[in-house]
Amino acid sequence: MSGMSKIVKTISSIAFPFITIYGLYVIAHGHLTPGGGFQGGAIVASGCAMILVSYGSIWIMDRVKEKNLSILESLGAVCFILLALLGLGFGTVFFNNFLVGTNSLFGVVPAVGSGLADINTGGVIPLMNFAVGLKVIAGLFGIVLVMAYASRTKEEKK
Amino acid sequence: MIFNIPFIAVAALILIGLYAVIFKRNLIKMVIGITLIESGVNLFLITLGYREGSIAPIYTSSPGGIMSLPVPQALTLTSIVIGVAVLALMLSLVIHIYRHYGTLDVRKIGGPEE
Amino acid sequence: MNVADLIALLLQHSPALIVAVPLLGAFITPLISRLNDKVRNVFVILTLGLTASLVFLLASDVFTGNIHTYIFGSQDLALPVVRILFEVDAMSAFMAIISVILSLVAVIYSWSFMKENTGLDKYYTLILLMTAGMLGMELTGDLFNFFVFLEITSISSAALVAFWTNKAKSVEAGFKYIVISTIGALFILFSIALFYGQYNALNMAMIASAIQYTFLDKIALVLLIAALAMKAGVVPMHMWLPDAYGKAPSSITLILVGATQASLYGVFRVCFTIYGGAINLSSISIGWILVILGIITMLLGVAMAIIQTDFKRLIAFGAVAEIGYILLGIGTGLVVMLNPEMTTTGLAAMKGGIFHIMNDALDVGLLFLVAGAIYYATKETSLNKLGGLARNMRYTTVFFIIGLLAISGMPPMNGFASKLLIYESTYQLNPILSIIAILSSIMILAVFVKVFHSAFLGPALPKFENVKEVPKSMLIAMGTIATIIIIFGLFPELIVNNIVEPAANALINYGDYVREVIPSFTGGV
Repeated sequence: MSGMSKIVKTISSIAFPFITIYGLYVIAHGHLTPGGGFQGGAIVASGCAMILVSYGSIWIMDRVKEKNLSILESLGAVCFILLALLGLGFGTVFFNNFLVGTNSLFGVVPAVGSGLADINTGGVIPLMNFAVGLKVIAGLFGIVLVMAYASRTKEEKK
Repeated sequence: MIFNIPFIAVAALILIGLYAVIFKRNLIKMVIGITLIESGVNLFLITLGYREGSIAPIYTSSPGGIMSLPVPQALTLTSIVIGVAVLALMLSLVIHIYRHYGTLDVRKIGGPEE
Repeated sequence: MNVADLIALLLQHSPALIVAVPLLGAFITPLISRLNDKVRNVFVILTLGLTASLVFLLASDVFTGNIHTYIFGSQDLALPVVRILFEVDAMSAFMAIISVILSLVAVIYSWSFMKENTGLDKYYTLILLMTAGMLGMELTGDLFNFFVFLEITSISSAALVAFWTNKAKSVEAGFKYIVISTIGALFILFSIALFYGQYNALNMAMIASAIQYTFLDKIALVLLIAALAMKAGVVPMHMWLPDAYGKAPSSITLILVGATQASLYGVFRVCFTIYGGAINLSSISIGWILVILGIITMLLGVAMAIIQTDFKRLIAFGAVAEIGYILLGIGTGLVVMLNPEMTTTGLAAMKGGIFHIMNDALDVGLLFLVAGAIYYATKETSLNKLGGLARNMRYTTVFFIIGLLAISGMPPMNGFASKLLIYESTYQLNPILSIIAILSSIMILAVFVKVFHSAFLGPALPKFENVKEVPKSMLIAMGTIATIIIIFGLFPELIVNNIVEPAANALINYGDYVREVIPSFTGGV
């Protein structure tokens, strides 16, 4: 499909960084406020779809290749399963939260019924949120890109 | 009575969705009907977790009081993700069918066996 | 640590690993397929081989009477149960063996069957996802987890049914399959919400211990049986099955048979375990409903199979008829469960039904693989245009004869053992049921002899002169299934006593299943 007018292109380029930052915020704070991997990933993918609609699929096709998106998606999913298997490797069961209680990356335990908790809590949950968020961004944007490619009309195929 | 309105909405959504899947002839309208049924079932899941006068189930700086159940919210989220995947697959298949037959009318596709 | 410790550790973690290994393999496959085609094929076969060895290891321990539970995320089980549980008893292990054997044979078959197609990395990814979904459906002990794995299986199998996108009929069959399957799955979610609203539990054992047979429970039972039976291809909800089985690639049809059996396993798990406490009030009516559905399925499947001219569609209707036998056997077991003087009849009927699940998967699978081999060699699917192929394709003809004898219940194949158990036990219930079952077997034999005559015998057609035998990997796959069929047919006592009888007992004694999770449960047969 061809792009839209210059006003639409300008406004969507201005709005795109804000949408992306908001989506990444929702992914990163998934263990404290409503949100998480899928929700934030869907927000960022909506921003990318807005860019696709306003600039046209021909413009995007030169810059984003579908097989790069496929590699990103597989990396996100493999990270998720490896994080789950690491619980097995540390001596306990599958999907065990092995980072809670230690003083490492995300391991602080907040007091019960406290006020605001830090982002430094939650154990292995924020890491899984990042992996799922990456997969959802790449996957949903890939679906929209392939559908835009598949529904080109006959005049543009020449 | 006012607390029964969500359940009436659930029944209305499911019935309208079933009507759209069974009686409409356009393929896209069938897909929309399936999305309506899915919205109805998700609404049913969330409504089951509501307690009267409750607040959102978040511990950080909560003002105190009864919290509504968080488990149905997690189930509904999983169901929404599954719905997105099914919708993507169904729309891709509709694009392929349109390419083969040139029409989206359900009575005109599906000719004799070749 | 030495080998015994390693095997004990693998056995302890095997319910989780059985689902995690194909899942990890499915996500790594797009990365590996950038290197080479052969490396990708070998990687997929190795992943499935590892999964199969884990399944056999777990099954060898479960069939001696222990039930394995696995709690995700923690090591202690605090009541009320809030974590996801996998609970493997003998019936789950039985179904898992069937699924993993079918997947492994299908991947070996598609080494050369799908060689000239493009987009094969997505094909193998979807096969591994479908295998993970089927195994998860069979091993889980949590109702919502069952729903999630059911959706994973149906989405990946719908994408695989529509794999040949250059043919309009395949895409149409895939669309029909996904629409019907999604509506069924949404009704299953509705029933799960009804259970959660009443009992505040999603675990199957917790619901089984707390169930009172209220009006909402009856609605949930009807929705669950209707939706799961629709996914299993029971008449009158079988409309998607001939299209989906007939237009998919033949290796996919093989795995699709496994997915259908897994949904049938869901019906039995709901009827026997979740409603176990309430079954004393209603087992006769539910049992008779299953018996009548089985009879209608048998008759309609065979009647529609007689008039078909497309090879794979005919075998698909034969597969529908075989599902009727399974329902007949297990429905009879449910009807006589409370009658104290017919316990041997009930146990024999259930053994026949459960043994027939495995036999049906193997027989129908072998026939579909033969149909795929003929399509690969001659590019024809219509029976009117085939003929005289026995001269060129000798091995394929032998495999077709084995499949024909097995599906119609002739000795010395495995179909004879399971069908004999079903005939004898349903005769005790009502002689007419047994007569209808024998009649259907005879009609299936007649249908397939007609197919054999028109496809393989007869004069040699000039356009088939250069037809050669199919490549080796397809012959190895068909030969594996044929060998298993003959071994099961020659030694049925071995299989029935060691594998089928623990599964039947596990279904009837649901109290053991619940006591693994809640030790203080006092109900149960």
